[in-house]
Amino acid sequence: MRLIWLLLLIPYIALLSVPLYNHKAPALFGLPFFYWYQLAFVPITSLLIYLVYRLARHDR
Amino acid sequence: MIGEVDYAALAVFVFFFVLVTALGFVAARWRRPKTLAHIDEWGLGGRQFGPWISWFLIGGDLYTAYTVIAVPALVYAVGAFGFFALPYTIIVYPIVFTIMPALWKLAKEHHYVTAADVAHGAYGSRPLELAIAVTGVIATMPYIALQLIGMAAAIHALGLEGELPLVAAFIVLALYTYSSGLRAPALIAFVKDAMIYIVVAAAIALIPLKLGGYGAVFAAAEAAFQAKGSGGILLTPDQYLPYASLALGSALASFMYPHTLTVVFASSGPDVIRKNAFLLPAYTLLLGLIALLGFMGHAAGLKLANNNDVVPTLFKTMFPGWFAGFAFAAIAIGALVPAAVMSIGAANLFARNFWRAYVDPQITAHGEAKVAKTASLAVKLGALLVILFLPTQFALDLQLLGGLWILQTFPTVVFGLFTSWFRAGALLAGWAVGFLGGTWLAWVNNFKPLHTLTFGEHHFVLYSGLLALAANIVVALVVNAALERRRAASGVAKGAKQDRVN
Repeated sequence: MRLIWLLLLIPYIALLSVPLYNHKAPALFGLPFFYWYQLAFVPITSLLIYLVYRLARHDR
Repeated sequence: MIGEVDYAALAVFVFFFVLVTALGFVAARWRRPKTLAHIDEWGLGGRQFGPWISWFLIGGDLYTAYTVIAVPALVYAVGAFGFFALPYTIIVYPIVFTIMPALWKLAKEHHYVTAADVAHGAYGSRPLELAIAVTGVIATMPYIALQLIGMAAAIHALGLEGELPLVAAFIVLALYTYSSGLRAPALIAFVKDAMIYIVVAAAIALIPLKLGGYGAVFAAAEAAFQAKGSGGILLTPDQYLPYASLALGSALASFMYPHTLTVVFASSGPDVIRKNAFLLPAYTLLLGLIALLGFMGHAAGLKLANNNDVVPTLFKTMFPGWFAGFAFAAIAIGALVPAAVMSIGAANLFARNFWRAYVDPQITAHGEAKVAKTASLAVKLGALLVILFLPTQFALDLQLLGGLWILQTFPTVVFGLFTSWFRAGALLAGWAVGFLGGTWLAWVNNFKPLHTLTFGEHHFVLYSGLLALAANIVVALVVNAALERRRAASGVAKGAKQDRVN
């Protein structure tokens, strides 16, 4: 299950690849893509960390 | 000293300020320990904070009043680039999740209170301990000063002029931190965070409604940037690397500060930290929404003397007086929590890694608490004097350097958790190169955080702190390899007698 830790790399790839999301369209509620994409990665990152928390072994 | 004062706003402001002051003093009795005269109690709140208290305390400590003022100010001034605080405060959490539980365990097991304790304990080196401690203190001082700038912006927005209200607020803060230690900001954080959440919820719902929706807000901001000829609601290609490297470098640095490590060590166990790694991003969402206020400043057509006024002025224009007062109180109280924790973190460093190491090695835990309490007063007084008597730009430049400096402690604090290969001498050499080299980079770039690397035709613009960290790590690796080689050649296993933890 150590591979599950690789999930934590996703936010780095997604957010440090800036050209990937430096666009206006598609907009959501008037927010350009650049803004809602990054805001969306807040709950996504939380979820990924939660998954690793539940699925990997940790000493308490 | 009184300009145009809205008395409803002032009354609400004063009410909440008095409330948290009372809380600050009551905190000494909260979860009452046998004695507060022990550095674990005064400086770490007894290492007993569960997930929820830690959530409020870490959130209240990391997302400071200055953030609420400065991030929207930067977005107002330059647009999309100011948004780098958002990826920064997202990618910090996998780092927290991976590193901090192990660091907490190490600290608990060996009764470490500071990062410099970790350096001394793990590597048995007084010079390395001193380097980490000095870096922590000088990186924190300007950070406290910035909290004062945030507080002053809120106070002045109320119409109060002069420095007296700021001085009074800070003296009160100093007194209850002295008497209650970390319990004071932990208790106040509940009020502060609740207030900030209410203010932001109101702001992001009501203000765009008044301004014609987010589409109109962004259109107005884009027009304003075009008229100005600089900035924009998207990045230009030459900003990609600066944006990403500032986010990454800031994320690596942020939990190396004394105030963030203090609240991590104050939690009751590794699982509390893991849970907070996925619960704290709620504050990041808040920060992202606060950042958008910068664009709303353009849509509202504000005319500002100073970019830092964008949030206070927006609130004053858009909210009724009493709610503006509530919002300013939230910002000012928002400065108290981090300022208290920062002074405690710096004071712990002074007591443990300077006083105990060089002045009084036989000191008791009681004596340590006493030294730390006095040091916390001195630290706050220093920050206040800086703000009153030196130009604001001085504090801003120093704060920027502080981030670069504290980043150079990362290898010493973190690498030992994963490998026992590194020796103190190598880490100290790496730290020195990163610290001095990074300072030089900041100096030649006129205290801008970015440096341009040129390889023939190609130019790369990167966060100087990250460049300095790279140099730091390379030097540590090379020096360590050389030391290992010499040790192998001389055939003496000197490392064996070192008190290693792993």
